[in-house]
Amino acid sequence: MKVIVFVTPKKNVLDPQGAAVGHALTSLGFKNLKDVRIGKTIEIEVDGETGPDFSASMDKFCHELLSNPVIEDYRWELAE
Amino acid sequence: MKVAVIQFPGSNCDQDVYHSFARGIGVPTEMIWHKDEQLGEVDLVVIPGGFSYGDYLRCGAIARFSPIMKAVGEYADRGGLILGICNGFQILCEAGLLPGALIRNNCLEYRCMTPHLLIQDSTDTFNRNKIGQIIRLPIGHGEGNYRIDDEGLDRLERNEQILLRYCDEQGNLTEEANPNGSVNNIAGIRNERGNIFGMMPHPDRAFERFHPSMDGLPVMKAVLATKETVTVPI
Amino acid sequence: MATAPLPPNPDSLLNTSITSELVSTHGLLPEEYEKIKKILDREPTLTELGIFSVMWSEHCSYKNSRPLLKLFPVEKADKNADVGKVLVKAGEENAGVIDIGDGWAIAFKIESHNHPSAVEPFEGAATGVGGIIRDIFTMGARPVLLTNSLRFGELNSKEVKRLFRGVVSGISHYGNCMGIPNLGGDIYFDECYEGNPLVNALCLGVLKHDDIKRGAASGVGNPVYYVGAATGRDGLGGASFASKELTEESQADKSPVQKGDPFMEKLLLEACLEMMAVPGLVVGIQDMGAAGLTCSTCETASRGNAGIEIELDLVPQRESGMNSYEIMLSESQERMLVIIPKGRESEIEEVFEKWDLHAVKVGEVTDGDRMVVKQHGVVVADIPALSLTDDGPVYTREGIEAEGIEELREWTPSELPDVDASSLDSTFRKLIAHPTIASKEWVWKQYDHMVMAGTSVEPGSDAGVVHLNLEGTEKILAISNDCNGRFCFLNPYRGGLISVAECVRNLVCSGARPLSITDNLNFGNPFKLDVYYTLAESIKGLAEGCRAFDLPIVGGNVSLYNETPEGAIDPTPVVSIVGIIESEEHITRQTCRRGDETLILLGGIPNELGGSQYLKLVHDLKTGDAPVVDLEKEKHQNEFVLGEISAGRVVAAHDVSDGGLLVAVAEMLFGEEETYGAKIVLPSSVSEGRLDEALFGESQGRILLAVEPEHIDEVFAAASEASVEAMPLASLSQDGEFSITIGKTNPLMTWKVSEIRSLWGTVIADIMDHENEGEI
Repeated sequence: MKVIVFVTPKKNVLDPQGAAVGHALTSLGFKNLKDVRIGKTIEIEVDGETGPDFSASMDKFCHELLSNPVIEDYRWELAE
Repeated sequence: MKVAVIQFPGSNCDQDVYHSFARGIGVPTEMIWHKDEQLGEVDLVVIPGGFSYGDYLRCGAIARFSPIMKAVGEYADRGGLILGICNGFQILCEAGLLPGALIRNNCLEYRCMTPHLLIQDSTDTFNRNKIGQIIRLPIGHGEGNYRIDDEGLDRLERNEQILLRYCDEQGNLTEEANPNGSVNNIAGIRNERGNIFGMMPHPDRAFERFHPSMDGLPVMKAVLATKETVTVPI
Repeated sequence: MATAPLPPNPDSLLNTSITSELVSTHGLLPEEYEKIKKILDREPTLTELGIFSVMWSEHCSYKNSRPLLKLFPVEKADKNADVGKVLVKAGEENAGVIDIGDGWAIAFKIESHNHPSAVEPFEGAATGVGGIIRDIFTMGARPVLLTNSLRFGELNSKEVKRLFRGVVSGISHYGNCMGIPNLGGDIYFDECYEGNPLVNALCLGVLKHDDIKRGAASGVGNPVYYVGAATGRDGLGGASFASKELTEESQADKSPVQKGDPFMEKLLLEACLEMMAVPGLVVGIQDMGAAGLTCSTCETASRGNAGIEIELDLVPQRESGMNSYEIMLSESQERMLVIIPKGRESEIEEVFEKWDLHAVKVGEVTDGDRMVVKQHGVVVADIPALSLTDDGPVYTREGIEAEGIEELREWTPSELPDVDASSLDSTFRKLIAHPTIASKEWVWKQYDHMVMAGTSVEPGSDAGVVHLNLEGTEKILAISNDCNGRFCFLNPYRGGLISVAECVRNLVCSGARPLSITDNLNFGNPFKLDVYYTLAESIKGLAEGCRAFDLPIVGGNVSLYNETPEGAIDPTPVVSIVGIIESEEHITRQTCRRGDETLILLGGIPNELGGSQYLKLVHDLKTGDAPVVDLEKEKHQNEFVLGEISAGRVVAAHDVSDGGLLVAVAEMLFGEEETYGAKIVLPSSVSEGRLDEALFGESQGRILLAVEPEHIDEVFAAASEASVEAMPLASLSQDGEFSITIGKTNPLMTWKVSEIRSLWGTVIADIMDHENEGEI
């Protein structure tokens, strides 16, 4: 089993990297581009149970380490 | 007076901080390894610059979980003085000891230069009279773009918690003088209580005759002098 | 065959018989393969073939350059010199070591990572920096500075900009994280490097004489430790010839580019220095660079006159199912091989545990002379270690100069229109705004040049300067890099000589006495006789320069096959020289500080134009002979300059080089705090010759001194006494104007100096801000 965590910059936080990539996409001919945000994905391989306890601890790990709640949002999902 | 410098794996300004306090100011200074769990009797804890844990995940994100950080947190609660420089500032923000966060420079590149800084009248815990109005200190970072929500920024400004701002030669807070895009040109802040300081500029690179400036000395002395003014809760 | 074959390899894919095709895809000639069979007295296994192919490659064996490299002096001729004695000679170890006095020494070396950087500029340049840093701390030295010598195509295509940005950010990424100040270096942009950029990285470290470490395995039974990062399939693309024969499946996992991890290297550096500080704990230590495990095992054994045996199952591995060929040839970064005394295993393990790094015993030093490699207990390679390091092929050829070069040298500008008042402005602007001449601030703002708190002259001056606080003893070192490929193209011997002479001049201008030299020979395919000719001639020129200035070479690097479909690069024998500055007061920068100085020109205004940036840029010509070099005159003049600096009569000093006299004067006006004006007055005799030669010729042996009014007479008196050719050239002003006058006439041209500075200062940043523009 694999947990995939997606960490993205919060809506109201400046994303200089996203802005630069947006600029480059526009210059390459990307029409109707509104906004680019760059985040990261973290893949975690797990063994065994992924019940409600797991869910709660996953949120804790995301909140305390994998994302910085001051500037980032996160969500995670289970994948095969 | 005794200063402790914390060494994390990847710290690379630990020696510079050591020499700036031990040789530049002349206070007894010691190194503390991040796996230690006790700080001992110290008057100032400095978290030096560098790339703790390679800056992986986020700058400072992993270092805050090092064993010594529990003792640093308790020491902070007791009103102990802490100074975070560069990566040390990032660690203090990640650890929640200082408000806000530091993200990538808006130019997306590392910046090593010696900008002008406007000293803010941040109450008597960081007394401008001992420092000067406009100083120059080196910076060297890729992620020094200070960010905080509007409410937090308001509080910083209202409480006079901002220590240093990037400015031009005349002290104007312009966009051109801001090397990383920090909100309100912020280069350094303190916490509300006044015992925890964080700054991207390096006073530890401005203490020798041959350095671009020697303005690091008064800044470090001002932090040390704060000891007298911090109230320790009973 | 007299000797029995080895048992079958545990990976059946490796038990293929060696065909002539396999031999050739390993870059080995048929006669070289015959030699291998003779050495082993049997057919090699595929693993062994791989091992021979890397050890006998140019990179490891210098097979095409070794006899030529013997021309270099490796010891200081002056046995009575206070400093500069060679403690470890070139070629003996990973880097040479030079005495700097008071029991302290420096280890330094330059190394290329050209081809990896052409493939992946960021990782290629980053791992280049990582590799040279390991070479230095392997010697027991703490790295204290970095510089680079970089060459790119003209900065007008998307691809060149991509390479330039990638290389600079790769260097910045690795060096900054390591916390070693990068003092810049030299950068040239010329179309001959298009598609084949040069990335030469230098590291310098300091150590005590007693702390020098050697890369030798000795003491039968002593354990051999593997420390640092785990081994993966990195860099096998470099040896990808065998991948198809190996397995289609593993192909997908293979990364042709080594990826650097500066954080890991920082830990490795600290752990190694901590380990080396334990008395007697390190018997031998060797970096694992290219073909790491192979190179480090056979080289340590060979240096120690011993055998070595390792078991690959014990090697920390990042990927599963790696076979012996892959493990032995992997170029994974941040690894070291350490030999320690038997019985002290727990001491090394304790140090590395503190830094959370692998330290695993993988084998031991054995009796005899063989390098034995086992996997799952089965012998997969068994080779006399010395045969890999010392018995490799050596080739000498008789080079022939390429056709047409002699005619190019004989070219004169007689047919060429001279510059005049109408073309002077545009010509000067073209030169000052060419990226080769323009400020490289865009580059070094990205390098941490201030960490370690010792930098006193930042990048951008003639030489970088660092203060070293060595347990109370202070030493001040200066370093500079140089090489003008265009001169080497036109006249490789003289070009080599100029590399050394100009680099020495840069150091002298910064107040330093040159100590020792390292070189990086970047050339094309040595099998082409004309390329071989330029290699041989350049080396002769370099060697002559080294002897003239008594600069022993501490080692360096040879990078051949720098070619693109358009042909070979210009011969580029990069040199880097380290000097020592006796006292803090002698540190001299290239920029003026007051605004009332007079600029005094040493070395005159000869009539030369060959190989100049001006000819290239304005007339698109790479013609004429490289400028004349008079070594005796230069030595004499250098002594004079050092004397004037130590007498306190020099405010600033600058070498006249790329772009010629006008550019050199302008560069001195761009002060740290202020920009000054200057009035240049050329002697009226100049109007008898060509103006372009006077203003833009790149004649050698010329230095500009900025002198305060009160010292001018003293400097001229001293020059006349020392028979040094000196003339007043320009006087500084605060009026912001930069003008040229010949004799007593009206000014030929006047510029606003701030405008010139802004052009010079921002052109690279402006170009890089428009990265996506230009021809593809």
